[in-house]
Amino acid sequence: MSSDVRFTDFKSDKQPTWCPGCGDFGTMNGMMKALANTGNDPDNTFVVAGIGCSGKIGTYMHSYALHGVHGRALPLAAGVKMANPELEVMAAGGDGDGYSIGVGHFIHAVRRNVDMSYIVMDNRIYGLTKGQASPTSREDFETSTTPEGPKQPPVNPLALALSAGATFIAQSFSSDAMRHTEIVQEAVEHDGFGFVNVFSPCVTFNDVDTYDYFRDELVDVGETDHDPTDLEAAQDVILDPEKEYQGVLYQNEQANAYGAEHGLSENMAEIPDGAPEDATDLVREFY
Amino acid sequence: MPADFNWAVGGEAGDGIDSTGKIFAQALSRAGRHVFTSKDFASRIRGGYTAYKIRTSVDRVQSVVNRLDVLIALTPRTIEENLDELHDGSVIIYDGERTTMEDAPIPEDVVGLDVPLKRLAEEAGGAIMRNVVALGAACAVTDFPIENLDSALEKRFGAKGQKLVENNKDAARKGKAHVEDTDDHEFKYDLETTDNDYVLLNGDEAIGMGAIAAGCRYYAGYPITPATDVMEYLKGRIEGYGGHVVQAEDELSAINMALGAARAGARAMTATSGPGIDLMAETFGLVATTETPLVIANIMRSGPSTGMPTKQEQGDLNAMLHGGHGEIPRFVLAPTTIDECFWKTVEAFNLAEKYQLPVYLTGDLSLAVTEQTFEPDAFDMDEVEIDRGKLVDEENLAEWQNEKGQFQPHALADDGVSPRAVPGTDDGAHMTTGLEHDELGRRTEDTEMRVKQVDKRDRKVETAKQRESWQPREFGDAEADTLILSWGSNEGAMVEAIEMLADDGIDVRFISVPYIFPRPELDDAIDAAEDILVVECNSTGQFADLIEHDALVRVNRINKYNGVRFTADELADRISGALTEAPEVPQ
Repeated sequence: MSSDVRFTDFKSDKQPTWCPGCGDFGTMNGMMKALANTGNDPDNTFVVAGIGCSGKIGTYMHSYALHGVHGRALPLAAGVKMANPELEVMAAGGDGDGYSIGVGHFIHAVRRNVDMSYIVMDNRIYGLTKGQASPTSREDFETSTTPEGPKQPPVNPLALALSAGATFIAQSFSSDAMRHTEIVQEAVEHDGFGFVNVFSPCVTFNDVDTYDYFRDELVDVGETDHDPTDLEAAQDVILDPEKEYQGVLYQNEQANAYGAEHGLSENMAEIPDGAPEDATDLVREFY
Repeated sequence: MPADFNWAVGGEAGDGIDSTGKIFAQALSRAGRHVFTSKDFASRIRGGYTAYKIRTSVDRVQSVVNRLDVLIALTPRTIEENLDELHDGSVIIYDGERTTMEDAPIPEDVVGLDVPLKRLAEEAGGAIMRNVVALGAACAVTDFPIENLDSALEKRFGAKGQKLVENNKDAARKGKAHVEDTDDHEFKYDLETTDNDYVLLNGDEAIGMGAIAAGCRYYAGYPITPATDVMEYLKGRIEGYGGHVVQAEDELSAINMALGAARAGARAMTATSGPGIDLMAETFGLVATTETPLVIANIMRSGPSTGMPTKQEQGDLNAMLHGGHGEIPRFVLAPTTIDECFWKTVEAFNLAEKYQLPVYLTGDLSLAVTEQTFEPDAFDMDEVEIDRGKLVDEENLAEWQNEKGQFQPHALADDGVSPRAVPGTDDGAHMTTGLEHDELGRRTEDTEMRVKQVDKRDRKVETAKQRESWQPREFGDAEADTLILSWGSNEGAMVEAIEMLADDGIDVRFISVPYIFPRPELDDAIDAAEDILVVECNSTGQFADLIEHDALVRVNRINKYNGVRFTADELADRISGALTEAPEVPQ
């Protein structure tokens, strides 16, 4: 493990196939920088990706990585971290992966509070299947499968996380490179489940939630007197019907992460050549 | 062979039937007697009918029979449910002062022993001990030294304080004394004791113990009958060996957590039953195509859908062999006895790592919840061997790098087995994916690479067939014209049926198959046989289909799918019936 890791060390030699202008380029750059800035290197990092445009990220980054099935990145990543707490574990996916097919796991991953980060590239559309409504699509957003709009309110992932007992809730914008990197870095450094919803615009299929929209509308809580340790203040910004925010919206540094709560510290990959030394005790129990 | 003795306690769920039965089984085991238990239970917390049955002998017992010598009946239904098993001289212990039992239907020829279980229990300190009073009464009927019961009561209640233990011992003595003082029957039962030491455990426990012995450090699961015991066994024990148990939010999460732990290099497993296997199917494909070692225990119950959750069936064989879309190798092991549950679990972990694929370890409800006695050295930990396969470290990793210095987790090795670098290994960083991938683990749709990767994965099976022993277990007369084949938990009943058939002049050769895929070559045995009968607990004969496919023969099928396991006497009857009635089967 070298101390002079550069963020480009986390880049693979495979060229991304994302559309030119896709928000995921900026999202990924911030992730790589955050990992490098926190002293990690590719050999001690495990990236888990779901399915969708976002899921391709494991291919474009260089680290230990698994590109899994649709919606199951979080339990997979939790298993990696529990088995080897020395690894830096990051899960990545999109709004469909995390808030539709995988939303059941999202709630429980938040509750479990495994020390890892979860970066969701939220473009409010299904891009890879060429433009259908996602769980974060607006109520009147017209798509091929919802010609009159979904006619149901979008999921508020931040509120879901807050209600499930999250210890770190943040939001960023892929195009605001410096802030995005800072926010992801805070999620990586957080001792627990560091959740970042990243606005990562789809330039091909979403003409509503665009770069211009986020650039004009996002309020950075870093520029206000927002106190992320104040639960009520967090509720106010997360449930605000008028505005959308970026920055660390909520953080609870008091709660124990899963590993500390369950006494996990050993690398489970290391086992003896035979049965454990006192395994015969197990047989004696059955007398 | 000294006669076996058959005992049961039955009542409603919530009556403490299971713990009462377990205490008596433990007492018998501690008295140096062999024990084989079975349970009738329903998927409900209270009410219904539930029973715990024990067959015991000084010799080894490995199946149930349809006969009851002593029955502790807490409800009238318990008697009705067991009428067919009671015989001239059977004894029913019941509490005639309990309102529902006042007019209990005691059959003629059967001795009804009316013992005021509740009243005597209250005298000993609490009505809750009424089942223990009944155990004391059973000791009197069977001339079984009550000190053995004391020992089991200490094991059961010791952690809750000596007072409780003493109260229970007193309750047992009150039951015993009541029978001795008030009843003048001459009972013909005499449970002699020996100096032998036995351990008593069920199949789920044997799987859990095998997992710890094999170095499993990570278990993720979702509760489901009859696999939950594996998780409950591991919880509280595996931690002492550096491991961890997680109760996941569903089976999808469970298998993904286990997959994650396995990617991190841990020996990992999950256990479930049919509905869970269905839910895990998609990730199963991911495990297999990413070539990740994982042990998936499938403790079968009756299906499809929710089926009969607390009943026996071996209906998932095809689901394990063919489940999931696409084509991908997996191994399927089916231990045939409780001690083999231990050894096949150890083997499953070794095979998973040596061949980097998912291994189904399948038991069924009968194996899972049945307890049986064994000599302790049936689980000799010194015999456990660990083989982690082609695990590479910093020193030999370079052999598997390409010209750019990139590690190749899916290298096209001659034997089909690629190298495996666990995260944290310097210069080993790599990805893998559920997409078809190249040697670097990256997505590809290249037609040649697709074929090479499919062939490589299939080659692992050929390698394993050559390198490993896939021997079946054989019993009976090797020269007999009649060949019986079976898989999984039917072995015990079938082994006892061999003796019964021999008594009727029918010699059979019995091959019990613990490997479903890859499976042993049976051609010679099949060629040599005149009649071939395949025994299994399902309706269509899924294993029989495999045998017919492998050997290009037609076989007779002995199937059972009413939710109850085969008994030895039933198997003997059905086999002799099939041999005398069945028309010639064209070869």
